[in-house]
Amino acid sequence: MKYIEEFQNPDLAKRLLDEIHATVTRPWALMEVCGGQTHSIIRHGIDQLLPEQIELIHGPGCPVCVTPLEVIDKALEIASRPGVVFCSFGDMLRVPGTGRDLFQVRAAGGDVRVVYSPLDALRLARENPERQVVFFGIGFETTAPPNAMAVHQARKLGVENFSMLVSHVRVPPAIEAIMRSPDCRVDAFLAAGHVCSVMGIGEYPELAARYGVPIVVTGFEPLDILEGVRRSVRQLETGRHTVENAYPRAVRPEGNPAAKAMLADVFEVTDRAWRGIGTIPGSGWRLSERYRAYDAEHRFSVEGITTREPAACRSGEVLQGLLKPHECEAFGTVCTPRTPLGATMVSSEGACAAYYLYRRLGGAPAPAAGKEANPVG
Amino acid sequence: MADSTTARALAGGTVPGPSQPDGIPEPHFSGWTCPAPLRDQRHIVMGHGGGGALSAELIEHVFAPAYGGAALAQLGDSAVLPLGGARLAFSTDSYVVRPLFFPGGSIGDLAVNGTVNDLAMSGARPAYLSCGFILEEGVETATVAEVARALGEAARAAGVEVATGDTKVVEAGHGDGVYVNTAGVGLVPDGVDIRPQRAVPGDVVLLSGPVGAHGVAIMSVREGLEFGVDVRSDTAPLNGLVEAMLGATRDLHVLRDPTRGGLAASLNEIASAAGVGVVVRERDVPVPPEVANACAVLGLDPWYVANEGRLVAFVPREHADAVLAAMRAHPAGTGAALIGECVAEHPGMVVARTGLGGTRVVDLPLGEQLPRIC
Repeated sequence: MKYIEEFQNPDLAKRLLDEIHATVTRPWALMEVCGGQTHSIIRHGIDQLLPEQIELIHGPGCPVCVTPLEVIDKALEIASRPGVVFCSFGDMLRVPGTGRDLFQVRAAGGDVRVVYSPLDALRLARENPERQVVFFGIGFETTAPPNAMAVHQARKLGVENFSMLVSHVRVPPAIEAIMRSPDCRVDAFLAAGHVCSVMGIGEYPELAARYGVPIVVTGFEPLDILEGVRRSVRQLETGRHTVENAYPRAVRPEGNPAAKAMLADVFEVTDRAWRGIGTIPGSGWRLSERYRAYDAEHRFSVEGITTREPAACRSGEVLQGLLKPHECEAFGTVCTPRTPLGATMVSSEGACAAYYLYRRLGGAPAPAAGKEANPVG
Repeated sequence: MADSTTARALAGGTVPGPSQPDGIPEPHFSGWTCPAPLRDQRHIVMGHGGGGALSAELIEHVFAPAYGGAALAQLGDSAVLPLGGARLAFSTDSYVVRPLFFPGGSIGDLAVNGTVNDLAMSGARPAYLSCGFILEEGVETATVAEVARALGEAARAAGVEVATGDTKVVEAGHGDGVYVNTAGVGLVPDGVDIRPQRAVPGDVVLLSGPVGAHGVAIMSVREGLEFGVDVRSDTAPLNGLVEAMLGATRDLHVLRDPTRGGLAASLNEIASAAGVGVVVRERDVPVPPEVANACAVLGLDPWYVANEGRLVAFVPREHADAVLAAMRAHPAGTGAALIGECVAEHPGMVVARTGLGGTRVVDLPLGEQLPRIC
């Protein structure tokens, strides 16, 4: 594929890997912030090709995982009401709230639809003026601009049967919260490239300076990730901690001014609860006063919801790199990919699921960089 | 490390941790809990029909105990049954695809090719089909006629005869236009024993052509998701291709058509049924560029996307060249490739060797494949 295959080239990858191997002299823990990066790392087996000293800690960048239970329960409540068309991105449908998920709401008669853009939900609202159409607006700075656009359009066009359940989260406060955690052992961050393509990199120099941590804006294809790792290791080995942009084909320092203007108009910064973590100050967005009429929480009066978290697990420690998955007492016994306690055991990119699957492979050592340990056919 | 018990008790709440000197509360990372999918389902959800782990659970816990019988225990694409001195392959499938007509085919094509292919995957020569229509009140007669015409043409192309049928009409709102069920029978030739349990270490894995086209073609015309991609469904009968492969050797071990759940589900089912490991070299699995593009945009993995005219074959290594040549000489197998092998290690698991030289586990899809947010 144009502009994708080029960034998966094995020969170039080997060159980057060789340089990383030649540069590293001691252990470093790097956190890739975005779930998309974690996916790519596992998908291409990148973690197995890096030097043993480099540990990749999978960060909190999965919006599905961090959306608080309270908001999920509000979504379930709203979606269950008669006359409501509840629209969501696909992978929110199987996230459990207190005792059920959106699939089950749909199975019980709720009108829950998967859409690919919030503007599709707005179109549904215009086509069905007798129904209340609600869009589940979650995600990081990447999904926020189109969501803001949908609300902006709804107001402009006077689509009064449209509203949005908003639970947006922001990356920089999460990075700061991780760095402030007393047990933090992250040495460098691979910042989320697409978040930066929207927001720019202006928020990061202060963080890098205050916490003495390299922050390298990183893309998503294998070569992008290896380049992010290479630059992080180079900084760490030479005792530097600056912000670098290793994803310049998508990220300009100033970000996307039009998107930022739209965000500033529609949203305002608020404290936000992250599932399992608690509140991180200033880490979220909600609809601003001008757009409050389009806020589904207000429209459907779902403030009084009480939540009950299912059995807890220690994935928080795993996500911070404080605990290896197999050191958890539940690992492989009550907690498996078929019977997961936490999201890290759910998806194939989750740290626990990856450990579980590779352990079943017999703990085979990772193949040497650029070599095929066990060629096929 | 923080007291994880206390932190876990707080998990999910918004109770801030102890304040740091500047008054900003410290978040509770050590109690981080993440959502897990719910498994004890009180209602049928879409994933139960997705061909993945939820479908398997439904069969194992609901259908198999209720029916009993040795035939169902085979749990293959088709059952092979002794009857009057011959071996009869028998299979049924229901078709609920939406829209009814899509680039490269229609529900009529699928209703024939799907059942014909299920029979062919046991090495049988498909002979007769039954065809049941469930029509929704109000659907246009011309639409039904068009489906029937497509179905008849597909049957002739596959060399099978529609021998019996049934029609029911349900009230408006109780169906989705046209549903079709077909069942089919065929005879398994002497000396042919093709089933998932026969995969053994040393077998090579052959794939008859590029994967992912059918699922992407359907998605490209789904309401609300029309996108400008020129991908046509690969729907095709595979009995001719199987016949050609059997011409190279009767000793084919396993055949499977990777429909729902795609290539990943089929390989996992075979690995699990035979208790073997499967290793696939990623760059040898053909994926059309348009399919790869569409999947990248939608956050889908082409290995999990449905096909309707492809097969995977597990073949003894000594016959690999002959079978591959026979496949490539047949119109339904021109893009055939050797994609991997069957191994004794990691039984029940499928492992991909990535383009960069890493490995990853190719898991069984849980239910419906959903576009990811990130």
